[in-house]
Amino acid sequence: MRIKEHPILGKLPEANEVTLVVDGKKIKAYEGEMISAALIASGIYTFRYTSKKKEPRGVFCAIGRCTDCVMEVNGRPNVRTCVTPVEDNMVINTQKGLGVWHGGRG
Amino acid sequence: MARGKGLTMKTELAVIGAGPAGLCAAIEAAKNGVDVTLIDENRTAGGQLFKQIHRFFGSEEHLAGIRGFEIGDMLLEDAEKYGVKVLLDTVVWGLFPDLKLGLSDGKSVTIMEAQKIVVSTGASENSLSFTGWTLPNIMGAGAAQTMVNVQRVLPGEKVLIIGSGNVGLIVAFQLLQAGAEVVAVVEALPEVRGYQVHASKIVRMGIPILTNHTITRAEGDTRVRQAEIAQIDAQFKPLAGSETILDVDLICIAVGLRPLAELCWMAGMEFEYEPQLGGFVPLHDESMQSSIDGIWVAGDVAGIEEASSAMEEGRLAGVAAAVSLDKIERKLGGESMDQARLRLRALRLGPYGDNRQESKERIIQRYYAM
Repeated sequence: MRIKEHPILGKLPEANEVTLVVDGKKIKAYEGEMISAALIASGIYTFRYTSKKKEPRGVFCAIGRCTDCVMEVNGRPNVRTCVTPVEDNMVINTQKGLGVWHGGRG
Repeated sequence: MARGKGLTMKTELAVIGAGPAGLCAAIEAAKNGVDVTLIDENRTAGGQLFKQIHRFFGSEEHLAGIRGFEIGDMLLEDAEKYGVKVLLDTVVWGLFPDLKLGLSDGKSVTIMEAQKIVVSTGASENSLSFTGWTLPNIMGAGAAQTMVNVQRVLPGEKVLIIGSGNVGLIVAFQLLQAGAEVVAVVEALPEVRGYQVHASKIVRMGIPILTNHTITRAEGDTRVRQAEIAQIDAQFKPLAGSETILDVDLICIAVGLRPLAELCWMAGMEFEYEPQLGGFVPLHDESMQSSIDGIWVAGDVAGIEEASSAMEEGRLAGVAAAVSLDKIERKLGGESMDQARLRLRALRLGPYGDNRQESKERIIQRYYAM
């Protein structure tokens, strides 16, 4: 859920809408926000599954340190979604284990 | 940033980390005519100041009454005014005792030769392991704070907070401000750990702060759905029969921070274990000079405190570096450092500050005993 009104920070600043393709489905996001924030705002909390036990993982530190929130972004695995801003038409996939590299640089 | 292999950059003072400590170090040095390069791995400078929406404490000279993000704006303005060069999106992956830094912007690697260095890399949040602790939407309290105050996204609507230190209490209140329900704050110790003023705000909102309690288990699927909390004895063992199940969709872990000191270890600094300061901290003198000549430390990396003290330590380090570069007369620099030390001392007074003051004194004593 986006916080549109905040008692200290005021109204959510206007930003251009962009479209992300997450596991094949389109979701809306706003320029300037990080991938992880856009996903959580759309009700997506599991970003990857671990290699051995296939356990779900999501955001843990939100400042780019812990790497728990990595996903495949534009064909590149292990992208830290909490410090990577959204771009229009970005293709994002839930990462399974180490993920698959399609040769892109993200 | 300069591209290509084998390129070397030069600077008089390199400051690693653009949070409150790094910004203040850079500003003080630049103000005195030092050529300063401030490096940060993030896209924006300010460190964690921009998620601090509460008013700061202290006195007027500590900018008390001003909110963290406003202080962030003031510091960025000053950094620009005094001509601090800022390298963003740049990771410092190496710090070497001959005052060289390894930089990467993700595309190319550069070596920077600095005459002096300030390390102000901050801290990272501690975690707590319990059954189910890796489930999505169990996150650091600072992470939830970033989500609500910077990203403006509320990650959960029914929240359990683990830990009643200042971070736990402040984040609990800020989640309320953002529209969430805080189910409870649990604290393993017999008393609330944070400032009374923060605790009172939580209590006034009717939120239980359960001391002698901990989380024993979390359940969920693609996100956390439930938490089990229990009362604990003096040995932190859960008491059978005291378990309560809470429906929650966000658990925030606020069990302290530790210095983010990899670069200090890498450079070969001497450390001491000080639990009151978050663990192993680099030894330093009263001007924040580390055990390696020409490298200063400032802020949380030199012991976990608050943004206000981080700023003062940064100022100390910045002036000390300017003095050692002969940019400011020793006497004038000394006076300015004395002022910063007085302001720091004032931030370490009282029941919450005495322990930190003692720990800091031990660090300085150990520095001179090396």
